Amino acid sequence: MNLALEWRKERRQPGVWLLRGPSILFLVLIVFIPVLVIFQDGFREGLDRFMYQISLPIARHAILLTLWTSALMTIINAVMGLITAYVLVRYEFPGKRLINAIVDLPLAIPTLVTGIMLVILYGPQQAFGVFLMEKLGLRIVFAPPGIVMALLFITFPFVVRTIQPILEDLDQTQERAAATLGANPWSIFRKIVLPALILPTLGGSLLSFSRAVGEFGAIVIVAGNIPLRTQTAAVYVFSQVESENRLGASAVSIVLILISFAVLLIVNAIHKYWGAH
Amino acid sequence: MNQARNVLGKRKSLSAWILIFLMGIYLGVLILGPIIALAAGAFQNGLLPVVRSITSAVFSQALVLTIRIAILVVVIQLLLGTMIAWMLVRHEFPGKSILNGLIDVPFAISPVVVGYMLLLLFGRNSLLFPLLDRMDFRVAFAMPGIFLATLFVCFPFMIREMVPVIENLDLQQEYAAATLGASSWTRFWRVIFPQLKSGLIYGMTLTLARAVGEFGAVLVIGGGVQGRTETATLFIFRSMEERRYIEAYSAALLLGLFSVLIVFIADGLRRAHEKKKLIVSLDNLT
Repeated sequence: MNLALEWRKERRQPGVWLLRGPSILFLVLIVFIPVLVIFQDGFREGLDRFMYQISLPIARHAILLTLWTSALMTIINAVMGLITAYVLVRYEFPGKRLINAIVDLPLAIPTLVTGIMLVILYGPQQAFGVFLMEKLGLRIVFAPPGIVMALLFITFPFVVRTIQPILEDLDQTQERAAATLGANPWSIFRKIVLPALILPTLGGSLLSFSRAVGEFGAIVIVAGNIPLRTQTAAVYVFSQVESENRLGASAVSIVLILISFAVLLIVNAIHKYWGAH
Repeated sequence: MNQARNVLGKRKSLSAWILIFLMGIYLGVLILGPIIALAAGAFQNGLLPVVRSITSAVFSQALVLTIRIAILVVVIQLLLGTMIAWMLVRHEFPGKSILNGLIDVPFAISPVVVGYMLLLLFGRNSLLFPLLDRMDFRVAFAMPGIFLATLFVCFPFMIREMVPVIENLDLQQEYAAATLGASSWTRFWRVIFPQLKSGLIYGMTLTLARAVGEFGAVLVIGGGVQGRTETATLFIFRSMEERRYIEAYSAALLLGLFSVLIVFIADGLRRAHEKKKLIVSLDNLT
């Protein structure tokens, strides 16, 4: 780092602004101003109107649906992500490399395509979906379970990929000592492995929550756009833009932005705490 | 790995297999099943309808628009994204941490909201509209709007990929080159650029995959006017709405395959590069 500082001092010349100027300008124009505009628009008629817009039954239902489906997804994702990461790091079995590759697929596949995949498999057009609905009475597509599944698909890598490197670096002497002393695998996992993974799991799941809250492409296909039933907050914003209810769109957009920002702040705090310990 | 097997010893037969089985079922139901269903759905009437769908004039037009926008975004991000990453690592200035926080903002904002923000900024009722109108420059429901929306959602990828790469640059090499009288231009191309190359390629790939797959933001700002602002994802969406399922499935399969392929190729390149680096450093040791 010292070398880097010296390097920097040596290079103090007007040319630096040639690099810095466009970079800062670009960042402010592309990111900062659009965010500012939406806050200005949402609050332009005062806090009362803002509160009124987000407490309309359809808007409130959309926000609550988004929150509970995302929260349910986060819990399932935390548990299954933890299991998947543990299995991938600790066990050898045929097909492991393939599974490792599958874990990354959701990062590459466009979310609209994800929605279509789920609709084909679980929707009413194909035999399997019809079987689920008629024989088992399970409604997945155009219902909340479809939303949760779409969110699980999209965010699956978040938790797995956060835990994997930490589990790989975990010192196994404690585990071996415990095993020698006769502890069973479950209590080894619970008392030694799990405490080391709690914070990273929490960080990864919260990240997936913040990603899920804003999801649109997959949900609009899987859940449709039925107000008071399957309309999530992002889809609500879309429908309000279409029907030119500008204040409503801005207000719910602000709610979405605030939720994501709050969650990201918590994730950052966790990373700092984790780095300090 | 061997140690792990020792710890769990004979137990692998039971608890391990239960966990492996559980994970397999989960991945099958959640990820693999839907992917296979998409392929099966596209090919349900054989190969011909698929070929006809992905070679149709409307889809080709949409695909060309998507590719044009994506390449433009990747080029801009290659230049400005790398510049910003460089600035964040090598420069100190007041407000740097605020700037650093701004970069992740696009990760946290819903694509629909991104499109809507741009609509507020450039749309019919915006402050900027009279000015743009006088210049006869359309942003909303036109190419520039789609471009800006895609740029916004792709913004963090290049920067977040390049920051650690630039942090790990070997300063001693730069120093040595400078002492030997290399100009800053030569230093960049001969010393710095080769070290950045693999990160640049990976960042570009992630940006490209994200740009090609963007949907929500492009839908709101572009409107999806067929033949004018319809990108590949918007074509898929319209085909679904109009119940032209084979066309939707075929296009979705093509788009999905393309994204997966480029990410996997980039991953392979990176792994090959890391292996080479490892061999080089081992050579230095012996």
